[in-house]
Amino acid sequence: MNFFKEADVVVIGGGIVGTAILRELSKYKLKAVLIEKEHDVAMATTAANSAILHAGFDAPTGSHKAVMNVRGNIMFHELEEELNLDIRWTGSLVVATSDDEMFSIKELLARGKANGVQGLKILSKEEVLKMEPNLQNVKGALWAPSAGVIWPFTACVSFAECAVQNGAEVLRNVECLGFVKENEAICGVETNEGVIKTKYVINAAGIYSDVIAKLAGDDSFSISPRKGEYILFDKAVSGQLVNGIVFPTPTKKSKGILICTTTHGNVFIGPNANEQDDREDRAVTAAGMDEIIKSARKLIPDLPLNKTITEFAGLRAVSSTGDFVLGKSKINGFYNAAGIQSPGLTSAPAIAEYVVNELISEAKYTVKENFVKDLPRRKPFLRMTNEEREERIKQNKLYGRVVCRCETVTEGEIVDDIHSSVGATTVDGVKRRCRAGMGRCQGGFCEPTVALILARELGISATEVMRSKGKSPIYYPKESR
Amino acid sequence: MEYDVIVIGAGPAGMAAAQSAQENGAKKILLIDRGMVTGGILLQCIHNGFGVHQYGEMLTGPTYAQRAYEQIKDKKEITLWLDTVVLTVTAKKEVTCVNPERGVKKVVGKTIILASGCRERPRGAIRIPGQRLAGIVTAGAAQRMVNCFGFIPGKKIVILGSGDIGLIMARRLTLEGCEVKAVVEICPYSNGLQRNISQCLNDFDIPLYLSHTIVDIHGRDRVAGVTVAKVDEKMQAIAGTEFQIDCDTVVLSVGLIPERTLINNLPLQFDALTGGPLVDQHRQTELAGFFAAGNVVHVHDIVDYVTEEAMIAGKFAALQAQNNVVGGRRVQIKCEKGVRTCVPQFLFLPDVAEDVKLYLRVSKFVREKHLVVKSGNNVLWNQYLMAGRPSEMIMLDIPADSLQNVTDEITVGLE
Repeated sequence: MNFFKEADVVVIGGGIVGTAILRELSKYKLKAVLIEKEHDVAMATTAANSAILHAGFDAPTGSHKAVMNVRGNIMFHELEEELNLDIRWTGSLVVATSDDEMFSIKELLARGKANGVQGLKILSKEEVLKMEPNLQNVKGALWAPSAGVIWPFTACVSFAECAVQNGAEVLRNVECLGFVKENEAICGVETNEGVIKTKYVINAAGIYSDVIAKLAGDDSFSISPRKGEYILFDKAVSGQLVNGIVFPTPTKKSKGILICTTTHGNVFIGPNANEQDDREDRAVTAAGMDEIIKSARKLIPDLPLNKTITEFAGLRAVSSTGDFVLGKSKINGFYNAAGIQSPGLTSAPAIAEYVVNELISEAKYTVKENFVKDLPRRKPFLRMTNEEREERIKQNKLYGRVVCRCETVTEGEIVDDIHSSVGATTVDGVKRRCRAGMGRCQGGFCEPTVALILARELGISATEVMRSKGKSPIYYPKESR
Repeated sequence: MEYDVIVIGAGPAGMAAAQSAQENGAKKILLIDRGMVTGGILLQCIHNGFGVHQYGEMLTGPTYAQRAYEQIKDKKEITLWLDTVVLTVTAKKEVTCVNPERGVKKVVGKTIILASGCRERPRGAIRIPGQRLAGIVTAGAAQRMVNCFGFIPGKKIVILGSGDIGLIMARRLTLEGCEVKAVVEICPYSNGLQRNISQCLNDFDIPLYLSHTIVDIHGRDRVAGVTVAKVDEKMQAIAGTEFQIDCDTVVLSVGLIPERTLINNLPLQFDALTGGPLVDQHRQTELAGFFAAGNVVHVHDIVDYVTEEAMIAGKFAALQAQNNVVGGRRVQIKCEKGVRTCVPQFLFLPDVAEDVKLYLRVSKFVREKHLVVKSGNNVLWNQYLMAGRPSEMIMLDIPADSLQNVTDEITVGLE
């Protein structure tokens, strides 16, 4: 059989879980390759979620979800510096508005303590309002100081780029179509580009992780997509909303519709939680928006709805097992990191550590001595001091040209993001990395320009530049006359 | 570096403001723009119809911009910084800006004129349901793509909103070979000028659906179609009236908002309806020495009035920079009875009264009314209005004599 590539381990899926696994693998003397069917990493669940690093009091004690959440939260505190992650450690509040809910948050407190979450306490109404003066109907809240909010796109890119820096490979636009087995053990991954020879496969395919598992012969779980919709507000009205992370008291189905300030200072409300069959339908619905607005108004009645800048929806991979599906499967050489819904983002580094440890204990690869854990520092122009800006512009003039006015993103940053090791190839890819187009005009002004910069830097025609997934051009040629 | 007047934005407002500041004695004027040339958004408006009031001619946008530039280009008092973006403006009138060659520069003005124009309302601001796809562009972005970059945004187009840029783009895209399938407007009337309805839609048989809106956008990666529905008086979609239009592009012309990001954090008040800062008739905001002109104050339908208004701002900024200011008091102008907005929102009443021009918009279509300006029960000015529509700005010229008797708050309304 012909192989287009040989690896020791193939990771399927370039979301936060897959890239964290790839980075973990790159600590060992082995050849790790990640394949992602889309043109970029962080394209599905990682791209549309609440971006919260949960403290870990929600999941049942002893579950993978609980263990990975608490461990992942601790790991993110360490990774923040190494990977130059964009995190605000705000702490989180679960707000109770009735006596029943006060009872519920006390249960959460007890569960959190059992899960090993540090620093949890119940706050009085006055203490809550001191932190979040705009909240209404508050009786008290559960305070979790270790929670935070992260910028998930760059986190995912940083995991991937750290892995690449340590010899791993990220192949985008490569889709897993099946597996090659020998003596019931995995020995290759069939893709649209050909077969990759490998000894091990780790399935981190998110919404499609059950499909991939079935292709390998593992039908131990199934995934149902659960849609969550969000509404994002202009930074200008953040002061009328919240400073940190505010959850309502959870129900059985979800943690509820929260109000949260992102790492960049925009407030969002969401998500709701609706099961669906379709694995690609990320449409925002009128009913969904009404639902989240209605719910958020319980805590902040006076929402500035004329200051919304975008709405989006993400799909979460809910496993039939009720928990994360982690580790060795019944198929030799096939490992799962599947069914990763909330708190999956927080858990990602812990899941990576867990699954890779399990693989290493079987495969006996040895640790690299020269693993480079730190990524080069890159500070957004917006957050530089004027002295730092001056210095940067002296090195590269393109840092003196602002392309995205709303988020103050320079041409230099865009070009650097296109040429980095897991670089942007689309307008959305640029947007996720450096935020050009993330602001109040939502790319109305800069998107056409960003597309032209991509064409120039990638050496392609403007009509070949895609906005995001699949065939999504920005420009069409004018008809020749 | 200290300047008499720093003008932020070199579109029609900024250029006129700089010109007027120079003509009124300012010696050091800095005009800053992010573009590679002056002109701002006019450069992408290649249709004609500009300049009827200012020049008595029908000019294209770029020609109008060129005319304005001719007035300032050889003035030694005016320094022009292009390819330069203003990062911050402080209440002390320090302006920090950045350019690839100059790097980061901090300059100080005795006065500042904000002429940063407006921006387009994005999809997210009106919360249209559906997938997030390629093929949804604002009308201004589509205009830049077609007229400045030489591409089309798609082939089968539905335009949401019938503001002027939407209408202009319906014609432009048709001329470029696109099929413009419909213009969909949620209001029972168009928000564009009558002449544009006639010249851009009727002349090309493009259907205009009034009291309709897009309730869903379909497709996976790129727009594949939209669902349109009729709306009731409260602008809520009426179930059962939905129909599909097959298209690959949705062009949004759903409103312009003053681009006031730079002054959001200054101690200023903003007009909830125009979106711009409150100004007096000299276009001075509540913060002494801060002026604003053009679409950052309120969105205009005709550029000639932008120029006219910016000339006033430039003049009074220059006078103030030279400490040549007269004493007086400020009274508020309140809109009532069918008048939706009025700029200025304040009148500065100097010791010696001066002529004042009010720019008004009405809330809904009206016929045969009187526009009445009062101070208390005292009628200052009364002007017959044959017809008024929300999309067209109405001007009221009030002579100085009529303003002698202002005692307290001024009201302007329809009677």
